[in-house]
Amino acid sequence: MPLWLFIFLAALAIIGAAGVVLQRHPVHSLLSLVMTLVVIAVLFIGLGAATVGFLQMIVYAGAIMVLFLFVIWLLNLQSQPLEPGHLALKFLGSLGSAALIAELLLFVVHPPPAITQNRAVAMDFGSIGRLAQSLFTDYLIAFEATSVLLLVGVIGGVALARRTTAGGGGAPGGTP
Amino acid sequence: MTNTFSLAAITFDWRPIVPLLIVALGAIIVLLAGVKVDDRESEGLGWLSLLTIAIAFCTALAIPGNQQISFGGALVADGYTAFFYLTILFAAAIIVLMSLDYVAEEGLPGGEYYSLVLFATAGMMLMAAAGDLIIVFIGLETMSISVYILAGLARTSPRSNEASLKYFLLGAFSTGFLLYGIALIYGATGTIKLHALSTLATGVPAPMLLIGVGMLLIGFGFKIAAVPFHMWTPDVYEGAPTSITAFMAVGVKLAAFAAFVRVFLVHLLGVQTDWSMVLWVLAVLTMTTGNIVALMQTNLKRMLAYSAIAHAGYILVAMTAGTSIAGAAVLYYLLGYAFTNLGAFAVIIALSRRGHPHELISDLRGLGTREPALAAAMAIMLFSLTGIPPLAGFVGKFSVFSAALNQGYVALVVIAVVNSVVSAYYYLRPVVAMYTDEGGAEVVALSSRPALIAAIAIAVIATIAIGVYPQPYMNASTSAFASALSKPPLATTASLRP
Repeated sequence: MPLWLFIFLAALAIIGAAGVVLQRHPVHSLLSLVMTLVVIAVLFIGLGAATVGFLQMIVYAGAIMVLFLFVIWLLNLQSQPLEPGHLALKFLGSLGSAALIAELLLFVVHPPPAITQNRAVAMDFGSIGRLAQSLFTDYLIAFEATSVLLLVGVIGGVALARRTTAGGGGAPGGTP
Repeated sequence: MTNTFSLAAITFDWRPIVPLLIVALGAIIVLLAGVKVDDRESEGLGWLSLLTIAIAFCTALAIPGNQQISFGGALVADGYTAFFYLTILFAAAIIVLMSLDYVAEEGLPGGEYYSLVLFATAGMMLMAAAGDLIIVFIGLETMSISVYILAGLARTSPRSNEASLKYFLLGAFSTGFLLYGIALIYGATGTIKLHALSTLATGVPAPMLLIGVGMLLIGFGFKIAAVPFHMWTPDVYEGAPTSITAFMAVGVKLAAFAAFVRVFLVHLLGVQTDWSMVLWVLAVLTMTTGNIVALMQTNLKRMLAYSAIAHAGYILVAMTAGTSIAGAAVLYYLLGYAFTNLGAFAVIIALSRRGHPHELISDLRGLGTREPALAAAMAIMLFSLTGIPPLAGFVGKFSVFSAALNQGYVALVVIAVVNSVVSAYYYLRPVVAMYTDEGGAEVVALSSRPALIAAIAIAVIATIAIGVYPQPYMNASTSAFASALSKPPLATTASLRP
């Protein structure tokens, strides 16, 4: 990827990110987030990681953002004047951001050896085949254990949000 | 692609995965069976869970004592894994035993309750067997999310809801630190495999690695409830159903320390000088805060929450030393701590009846004359927590403190011993109340709760046995930790791609 293209895309991503915070209307914030995610997907593709790029676009910019949009509509959120906010919270927030920026600069000045070494990548780097191969060999257990984790999340959602019958708790399990 | 793919790259070793599969499968079966079961008659599901745990326990015995790498380094089969598998499964079995009557009486949804206990157990076992940081993370999340839900299962109780939400929000926040730490470590070394990490994280570490290790420390600190990451503990312990409080105090701590000790005392020894000072400070803060705040508690569950914080501090004392003796001492301490706390919480369950939790220290008044056996069990647990010989708590404290003393941490051990003396005050207060005062809460006839009696009896016997005759348990701890320290066979190391 030529440098000018990278700078252009990076600038777009940052503008989108700033838009998420600065827009007053939740839907506008959401659209800014979509822009950032799409640009990052393009950056991934530019780095040769085509599969990750497309997954980013389909899953994050697509599915998850649509879900966000539904939540905003269901809750009927309107554009709200920004709360002035507590001074202490603002202070903590700025402190956190400052720490993250300082950390980032530190890593740019002192990059760890694992980053500075140029590593040869395989010809099929970033292809879906390579991804599948590492998913089903090195990360097989992690991949399968994640499915258990998701199942637990589903059980939790159902168990905690299930409607109770009058009296509470006495109903047989599984009644809608 | 097909020509480069080979199953041999995975290096199958089924032994660490079989107990996990059994527990997860059992959880799904219990969940499905639970649909047809009335919440007031959920004992059958409990027995099914107990059967699952028993089968998993038997298969866990087959894990070899010498180290084997499984699934390309994702899991490690060694004595350390086996030690924690067996301890976690045993603790889970006692939790199920003490839940049998309690869950039905409180009308908690049985199917969800028992299946989530099993899922959480599977997550804990995954953490104990983890050979890379991703598995640590997934195990931790499986365990944590199950426990968040379990804490909030008593949905009509506002305290339970508060506990669940508080635990969830702060837990998710701490998981963020853990995950960020893992990402930074990966950025600094290019690997998340623990074995590769132990050779890469040596010498003068890059700042990125150090920040990553620090974030990891914060993430584990939340789970073991070390000060200053302990704020959630008292409210969550108090609000959750008592059997789940016991599960949090014992199971979650066992698993968190299993992963914590394996990552830091085995694989991050190369940068030990960088983290041991931090652990020193954490240990002092944790012990002192836990013990001093525990002095002012009137609620037994809250008092045991602060006591659990203090005990995490004692374990951190040994971790500061960082030797193999210290590692073995931590394992032994956890064993004694687990049974003692299980027993104490089981007694609190025995005091409760539907709608009347009876969790105050004043509810214990006169228990010594009304229920001498129950009072004696509670007294033994509290003596063990204080560290009075010949119980498990004493030998645990002794080995933990002497491990730190061997490394010359004299000031740290002095602070720990002073703390231990202070703790005697609040541990002995309930004992005094039981045997000298009058007019506490009436207890439901114990004979109507045989499973609960069994749970208390097992905990009492284990606490006494581990303390009176510590040698076999000490040997087991020593060999378990030694097997974690040993290098895996050469043939499998070669296949570990960083």
